[in-house]
Amino acid sequence: MANVTIRNLNKKYDGGFHAVKDVNLEIRDKEFVVLVGPSGCGKTTTLRMVAGLEEITSGEILIGTRVINDLPPMDRDIAMVFQNYALYPHKSVYQNMAFGLQMRKYPKDEIEKRVREAADILGIGPLLERKPRQLSGGQRQRVAVGRAIVRHPQVFLFDEPLSNLDAMLRVQMRVELKRLHERLETTAIYVTHDQVEAMTLGDRVVVMKDGWVQQVGEPLELYGKPANKFVAGFIGSPAMNFVGVAITDLGGVLWADAEGLRLKVPPQMAERVRAHAGKRITLGVRPEALHPATGSDHADYSFDTAVDVVEPLGNEILVNFRAGGAPMVARVDPAVRVKAHQAIRVALDPERVYFFDEKSGAAI
Amino acid sequence: MLIERKWKKWIFFYIPMTVFILFTLFPFYWMAVTAVRPDPELYRTWRQASATPFWTLEPTLEHFRELLKTTAFPQWLWNTMLIAIVSTIISLICGMFAGYALARLKFRGSEFLGTAIFVTYLVPQTLLFIPLADIIREMHLGNTPWALMLTYPTFLIPFCTWLLMGYFKTIPKELEECARIDGATRFGAMVRIIFPVAIPGILSAGIFAFTLSWNEFIYALIFMSSAELKTVPVGVVSELIRGDIFFWGQLMAGALLGSIPVALVYSFFVEYYVTGLTGSVKG
Amino acid sequence: MVGAGSAAGAALPGERVRISRLTRMLESEKLLAAALLAPGVVILVLFIAYPFVMAIWFSLTSIRVGDAGEFVGLANFTKAWSDTIFQVAFKNTVFYTFWATIFKFALGMWLALLLNRHFRFKRLIRASMLLPFIIPTVLSAFAWRWMFDPTFSVMNWLLFHSGVITDRLPFLSDGDWAMWCAVLVNTWRGMPFFAITLLAGLQTISPDLHEAAALDGANAWHRFWHVTWPLLMPVTLVVVVFSVIQTFSDFQLIYVLTGGGPANSTHLIATYAYQIGVASGLLGEGAALSLFMFPVLFAVVWVQLRFMKRMEGH
Repeated sequence: MANVTIRNLNKKYDGGFHAVKDVNLEIRDKEFVVLVGPSGCGKTTTLRMVAGLEEITSGEILIGTRVINDLPPMDRDIAMVFQNYALYPHKSVYQNMAFGLQMRKYPKDEIEKRVREAADILGIGPLLERKPRQLSGGQRQRVAVGRAIVRHPQVFLFDEPLSNLDAMLRVQMRVELKRLHERLETTAIYVTHDQVEAMTLGDRVVVMKDGWVQQVGEPLELYGKPANKFVAGFIGSPAMNFVGVAITDLGGVLWADAEGLRLKVPPQMAERVRAHAGKRITLGVRPEALHPATGSDHADYSFDTAVDVVEPLGNEILVNFRAGGAPMVARVDPAVRVKAHQAIRVALDPERVYFFDEKSGAAI
Repeated sequence: MLIERKWKKWIFFYIPMTVFILFTLFPFYWMAVTAVRPDPELYRTWRQASATPFWTLEPTLEHFRELLKTTAFPQWLWNTMLIAIVSTIISLICGMFAGYALARLKFRGSEFLGTAIFVTYLVPQTLLFIPLADIIREMHLGNTPWALMLTYPTFLIPFCTWLLMGYFKTIPKELEECARIDGATRFGAMVRIIFPVAIPGILSAGIFAFTLSWNEFIYALIFMSSAELKTVPVGVVSELIRGDIFFWGQLMAGALLGSIPVALVYSFFVEYYVTGLTGSVKG
Repeated sequence: MVGAGSAAGAALPGERVRISRLTRMLESEKLLAAALLAPGVVILVLFIAYPFVMAIWFSLTSIRVGDAGEFVGLANFTKAWSDTIFQVAFKNTVFYTFWATIFKFALGMWLALLLNRHFRFKRLIRASMLLPFIIPTVLSAFAWRWMFDPTFSVMNWLLFHSGVITDRLPFLSDGDWAMWCAVLVNTWRGMPFFAITLLAGLQTISPDLHEAAALDGANAWHRFWHVTWPLLMPVTLVVVVFSVIQTFSDFQLIYVLTGGGPANSTHLIATYAYQIGVASGLLGEGAALSLFMFPVLFAVVWVQLRFMKRMEGH
């Protein structure tokens, strides 16, 4: 049972590549934290430093109150599930799961008991005598998880554990992992590049890019209050629409202008946006905050355009069009009838408009 | 599939293949026939007619009997076997360790060491045999099996290291990372996880090393002087030619018997041997 | 219950795996690497690097068995260079290496192409084709020597009785004939090595490429020349390098087949170095003779390393 503290963590490789930059993170006991970001963002490197598989260039990692920087992996009391499962091919499922306990010299009956328990939880009891090559992808995944939980470690580490599964199985395992975590109540750090996985699994999500932490927060907080343009664009699918706008102050009312587009800056934002009057900033609006305009929509928050492509997904329709010189997507009710190339008036929800600094990308 | 006519297949495949097979195997056949041919038939000059030039109607084991009676042949076989096995084991252990270090561990000079070991791989025995004989004598190893057990690894270790390094690189490194997290030391992960997974590679290297040891000649010729310490190739050369007289029946019997163990080992592990052979030249 | 991570028996925070201090030291990557490399490196330094230095020292002195000798500078080398037997040996070595490598490569390639097809007993035939490479060279060379025997040669018998020749061929009793015989036996022994490694290379070439080329209208020769050959280049180069080194430094085959005779006409550098250094006990001169192989071997290895670097670059 442990919290994990990461202080000013840095990783520089010999070639000069700075993979992890000044990461600070406080992971509470029993918390499920997901590190998410595009490949090369430093999330896996961070996890591997927690595991002890990668040397720490500077900074500190603590499990509980103990600094573990110089401890070899075997002394850290952690368990890890790898993307390729890393099952020992020459050992049976049982031996795979027992290995960690044998290394720690647990008595035989205790090992047996724990392996059986874990196998029951994961539904792999009948597979215990098989070799990894005789298992399906999903079964291997379960064995890999089982091997981690028999150890009762202080921290679970997951390195993209679902990436090698097909889409159906991935959704199923995602739910199972969540259930398992609720049952085991062990601190977990989970790395993925898939924002849906991150949002559904994480108590808190850490978004990383280019080695920097962009934002740490609960899933809905990241969605609702992205700290910058990157997080806003990364979280949510389809991604948030962005359009470059110029802010003009017309008699105290702020307007955001782009090619063929003029929108009023919503009053709740006006205060903060005013400092940028006369400058260019980025306006962001989520696809779900756009809809075909109806009579009740205010003219200040709508604009005319032509439909480009329509993607009917069944439960919703994605309408693609261009506005202000940028491609945009609206996510609309399937009851709405729209056709390609049709002229359309689109309205946005003024409560859900975001502005970002043009240069730094920080939310305004 | 590309279809070809029947006569074309004869010209381009069956006939050349048959010639290759005859060329490859005839010397062994001749070795075997000579070994069981009685002396009067053996020493019939090239002009004399012969009813059965390619086989014999009176096969005899006389040459084998003579070979075992007049020479220490079983002892040579035993020496060769022992030396081949011990030097193979020494080389495998060194090669597994060094190959693992070069494939997996990060340390300064690893690239240089890898290259250096590759270069020693290409040093032929005939370049260094004269000073090496002197060193062996100084170390008081001359005329003991250890002279060969320690010098054969000089051409086996580089080969084993090179082959196994390549093999280890194909094993996902997550396996040992997982083992280390599970509580194994680096050394423990290597011995308990990587080595067992690498058994096919180790077997390939071992079989190939064994055949190379069995084949070695010049070191054995120079370092061993007592008749009872010789290996098969050296024993056959030095004990079965007396003066200018070649005892061809016994020579061929000895060649046959000396080939059988290595041929047997080879036949059991053909696939591993081929992997070792093709791996031996891969970069 | 597994449900509680802190259940009895779980590792206490801070509990270490119990191992000795020595093994704990080996957790350092550098120390472990040093420990793992040590045994191999010790053997190689002791029996390769050290003898190499000694060889150079020997070659500069007049050392002989039972006499430490004295420093003579390059006298051993200049003496060898003007020694007619050495000149012959050097020429022989080049001749032997050149022709044997060409034959081994050509026949090996042919055999590899044949073995790459589907036919009955393929595994058995492929396995038996490697026999010349497996069986100790000394032993199989004796079989050849017996087949080349001046009086009882089966080849002379065969050729005579089939009417091809009227007088016996001087297989090993004439210097020129003997060198060609040595080339033949070396080809016989080394061809399987070429065939099997080239076959392995062939098998990595996707049949799709051949079918695509065939659809493009390429005939068998064109397919070989434009598809197979370029893809086999890397493995070819490596095999040739290995073979050149082995052939150039060969000893056993000549030692058994001709012993350098008749009249020292078939010596290779290695067999002549043996005769001078071991049989005559002139260690200094023998070492110098051996070292004449070094520049050639060095050049070949250098080419090989350059090539490997280039391959890594890609």
